[in-house]
Amino acid sequence: MNKEKVMLSAEALRKIDREVAKYPAEQKQSAVMSALIIAQDEKGWISTETMDEVAGYLGMPPVAVYEVATFYSMYNLHPTGKYKLTLCTCLPCGLQGALEAADHLRNRLGIDFNETTSDGRFTLKEGECMGACAMAPVLLVNNKKMHDYMSKEKLDQLIEGLK
Amino acid sequence: MLDYGPDAILMNGLDGRNWRLKEYEARDGYAALRKILSERIKPEDLIADLKKSALRGRGGAGFPTGLKWSFMPRAFPGPKYVVCNSDEGEPGTCKDRDLLRYNPHSVIEGMIIAGYAMTATAGYNYIHGEVWEIYEQFEEALREAYAAGYLGRNILNSDFSFELYAHAGYGLEGKKGQPRFKPPFPASYGLYGKPTTINNTETFAAVPWIVRNGGDAFLALGRPNNGGTKLFSVTGHVNRPGNYEVRLGTPFAELLEMAGGVRSGRKLKAVIPGGSSMPVLPAGIMMKTDMDYDSIAKAGSMLGSGAVIVMDDSTCMVRALERLSYFYFEESCGQCTPCREGTGWLYRVVNRIETGRGRIEDLALLDNVADNIAGRTICALGDAAALPVKSFIKYFRSEFVHHIDHKECPYGAVEPKWGRSGAHRHSLKEAA
Ligand SMILES: Cc1cc2nc3c(=O)[nH]c(=O)nc-3n(C[C@H](O)[C@H](O)[C@H](O)COP(=O)(O)O)c2cc1C
Ligand code: SF4
Ligand code: FES
Repeated sequence: MNKEKVMLSAEALRKIDREVAKYPAEQKQSAVMSALIIAQDEKGWISTETMDEVAGYLGMPPVAVYEVATFYSMYNLHPTGKYKLTLCTCLPCGLQGALEAADHLRNRLGIDFNETTSDGRFTLKEGECMGACAMAPVLLVNNKKMHDYMSKEKLDQLIEGLK
Repeated sequence: MLDYGPDAILMNGLDGRNWRLKEYEARDGYAALRKILSERIKPEDLIADLKKSALRGRGGAGFPTGLKWSFMPRAFPGPKYVVCNSDEGEPGTCKDRDLLRYNPHSVIEGMIIAGYAMTATAGYNYIHGEVWEIYEQFEEALREAYAAGYLGRNILNSDFSFELYAHAGYGLEGKKGQPRFKPPFPASYGLYGKPTTINNTETFAAVPWIVRNGGDAFLALGRPNNGGTKLFSVTGHVNRPGNYEVRLGTPFAELLEMAGGVRSGRKLKAVIPGGSSMPVLPAGIMMKTDMDYDSIAKAGSMLGSGAVIVMDDSTCMVRALERLSYFYFEESCGQCTPCREGTGWLYRVVNRIETGRGRIEDLALLDNVADNIAGRTICALGDAAALPVKSFIKYFRSEFVHHIDHKECPYGAVEPKWGRSGAHRHSLKEAA
């Protein structure tokens, strides 16, 4: 079978190089977490081919990369909507309105957690504590951009803005 | 101006924008490092003063920082590391985010001083994945510190050199997050097998102040054995959730007042005083307790990371425990059997009580499962999952019994109101 491979861009590899430089020369695998983040930023999700490429680039056995990528929830191992919205529903946030925010998001988007809107724009996820509890409700967009104090109005504004 | 309280020393003078090097220097920033290098203060003298300050680790265990630093084998040749744990993710804890956002150079200066005191060669601050912007900001602060000669080779023209990096995400060694068994302790076998000292973000941030003002002055801010001020993240049913920096030993009632008190019309029911891993305490006990390590321990809980989760009388304690137990089930790395199996078991049993399917024997079962996790695992996550369960049942037993007797939640909390409920409970039922 002739599988088409789309490799990481030179720009992504340069970013990975910057991470690698932080660690002792024989410890390149320390950069695997950020390499996967960089790869995910570029591709939207992390395929086995991407993990294999990262493994080759960092001189790691592919299985060691799979282990890391499958262990943490921030990596998308399948394609997701254009915007992955992760809402923290842990106890402190739950006491401060995160559950109402969850209901609002579900109604507004017409999907439940772990689902994607039919136009492929939004995927809704529940998250564990993100270290911003006092500013609940807390929502993370595509694992990176944190939004806090998310009232219904602010949620609506956010969704309007993410077209 | 951000208001962390009148006694703030870590967070005073901050307005959310003045985090850069120049502004930090205007607040006496890097004066401690300059003093150490120009006066050639001996590492052992620094550590002795730190011991005097009674600074205790702000990451959860409250271990005396000066003592921890004295364990580093300073004469050991080759690389030695200082690691900052900015991996905040214990429900209720959100102080390190503010520290890094508003005062990153205080953490950098603290880490450089740690490197000097323990003759370490390099440091890493590992910043958890969800706060990406803070990671990028910290990298920018590091660039400033390098450009000013506070980091790198021959810092401020002295013979001391130290490199410092930010690490994004977890797993500094590039492995999946599975704690290793101790001993050996990090001081002899840590990062890459080299001597390593790990401290929390807030612990490092306190160090420059101690060097500038002396260990005695820091101690005097708090209480014997509990030096200094502490950031408390007050969350839950209060009018003004947020971080407040108070002297250790401040009465809980005062801290509650700072956070605006219990939200209107409601009565305080329970408080988890030190982050979700610590035992819950009923209102009556909390209102008589002071916020320092020893007082909270005497009251039957722990100060932990300083996350104060406040619950008023509208809270269903079974439901609260259900959500906490789910967190530990989700976070268990799966390495040790008692934790891997036990956390799921605890969650399933609490879930069945909450949803009206509990049996009275379940209360003894929960206690028993918790006992069989605590103290039998590689890392403290096992204990963290067990302690809340035991304390919730101890103090709020009648509420659990009510759920069991009446086969329903008296707070009318029906699914899928609580997070995780919908999708997750569904799959549980299918599995059952
Ligand atoms: C499950 C678990 C989670 C922890 N989370 C953190 C954390 O988010 N931040 C932190 O500083 N310490 C955390 N700790 C404690 C660290 O293992 C370590 O004791 C601490 O960083 C030492 O720093 P300190 O002495 O300055 O507190 C955690 C421990 C366990 C067992
Ligand atoms: S106690 Fe739990 S989290 Fe800690 S090492 Fe064991 S299985 Fe992993
Ligand atoms: S509990 Fe939601 S961010 Fe901490």
